[in-house]
Amino acid sequence: MDRSILHIDMNSCYASIECLHRPEIRHLPVAVGGDVEARHGIILAKNELAKAQGVRTGETLWQARQKCPELVVVPPRYPLYLRFSRLAREIYAAYTDRIEPFGLDEVWLDVTDSGVFGDAVEIAETIRRRVKFELGITVSIGVSFNKVFAKLGSDYKKPDAVTVLDRENYRTVLWPLPVETLLYVGPATARKLRARCIRTIGDLAATDPELLHSWLGKMGYVLHAFANGNDTAPVATLGEEAVIKSVGNSTTTPRDLTCLEDVNIVFYVLAESVAARMRENGLRAKTVQISLRDSDLFSFERQCRLAVPSCLASELHDVAMELVRSNYRFQKPLRSVGLRGVELVPLEGNVQLSLFEDPLRREKRERLEDTVDNLRRRFGPGAVTRAVTMCDPSLGTLNPKDDHTIHPVGYFKPA
Amino acid sequence: MEQHPKVYVEVTAVFDVEGRLYPKSIRWEDGTVYEIDRVLDVCRAASLKAGGAGIRYTVRIQNQRTFLFLEENRWFVERKTDCLPLN
Repeated sequence: MDRSILHIDMNSCYASIECLHRPEIRHLPVAVGGDVEARHGIILAKNELAKAQGVRTGETLWQARQKCPELVVVPPRYPLYLRFSRLAREIYAAYTDRIEPFGLDEVWLDVTDSGVFGDAVEIAETIRRRVKFELGITVSIGVSFNKVFAKLGSDYKKPDAVTVLDRENYRTVLWPLPVETLLYVGPATARKLRARCIRTIGDLAATDPELLHSWLGKMGYVLHAFANGNDTAPVATLGEEAVIKSVGNSTTTPRDLTCLEDVNIVFYVLAESVAARMRENGLRAKTVQISLRDSDLFSFERQCRLAVPSCLASELHDVAMELVRSNYRFQKPLRSVGLRGVELVPLEGNVQLSLFEDPLRREKRERLEDTVDNLRRRFGPGAVTRAVTMCDPSLGTLNPKDDHTIHPVGYFKPA
Repeated sequence: MEQHPKVYVEVTAVFDVEGRLYPKSIRWEDGTVYEIDRVLDVCRAASLKAGGAGIRYTVRIQNQRTFLFLEENRWFVERKTDCLPLN
């Protein structure tokens, strides 16, 4: 029997919630934007009126204002959005326990076994009405037999709509869509496909999977399966998704970073926050990843495996700096940097000792960092700081742990 | 100045032995206390008029039906529109 999967997307989530709370700006083009002063000046979300004037998510505030001079920009209020996300999930939880969040404002539900509430379309309609009445914002819902098509369905018609994509209609409805609307066809993949005259999802579905494999690697098989509706990924059960796959922080710094010294300071701040969070969760990382973005917004990531899994800020920092040194020449100043520990293993348990390092010294360093954690917990984050962070207080006093952003969990672990 | 359509109010309420919460009276901005004669309905709802969402109590005060919202831990009512020129 086919599964019944819903994908629910809160329409312009942040902007809708702001408009709900501010009746006085509801009739104006509204965008939620980062803090211009702290240089987080980009559009995070916009309402329909702003969208109609060409305002796009991710562009800078000044670009948006050029297109739409009367744009009302309001600062984001994450606690409020988290509350609405939670309230919405409480509604979904009335119908199934198979709930898999994808970011703050999107979610998959598996309602195959929820027949007591009606069929999938009836449940989708009920949820759409309830969210609108109880939360005052609209959702668009895709109903299908797999997760990928359900997601396409929720994008197909919005706002405040339910779209059904079943085995009868998916060829006529989905296959004419441009190939990049499919989940995991990003700009790079789309470019490769277009160069080979694969422009629609239907083209992709009709292409020999072996050919796709030779062009795209193993994603070729995956995308071929997606396009043909052969996506069998299950919807996670509530709570299952809580397994942490990575611990990371990134920050757009108050001023551009022009030399290694600057990066050094920021990476110390980030490493301390990441290491503290790993220890909080009882984890060590086997690999360190860094992400760098220059002043032209070009960004890239590099990673390096650690000799020994670690939750020490000093070790994370050293590896991160090594990665910067060997991969970046400061042709352009850096605008934002990030540091992430991945391939996490439990803190407790056996560790392979190194022949070339004194394990006692390591243990001492771990105890030292634990002590610092404790001091900060009791007396505030500024109670103990590294001297290097005082070289430039504007960089050294960032608080990545408190203003870290919320990212969607990957659909599956990237290769 | 235009008055905001969302009016936070002081509420006197009781928890019954089942743990249900019932508002008993509200104190309006000007200090007047209005007794709530009866709670007619309780549900989750958004207030488009005032801008907010929470648990909505439909209450009867002096033979008038009105909504009283509990948003997280604050109570608010919708200001009557005749004193608010909303666009």
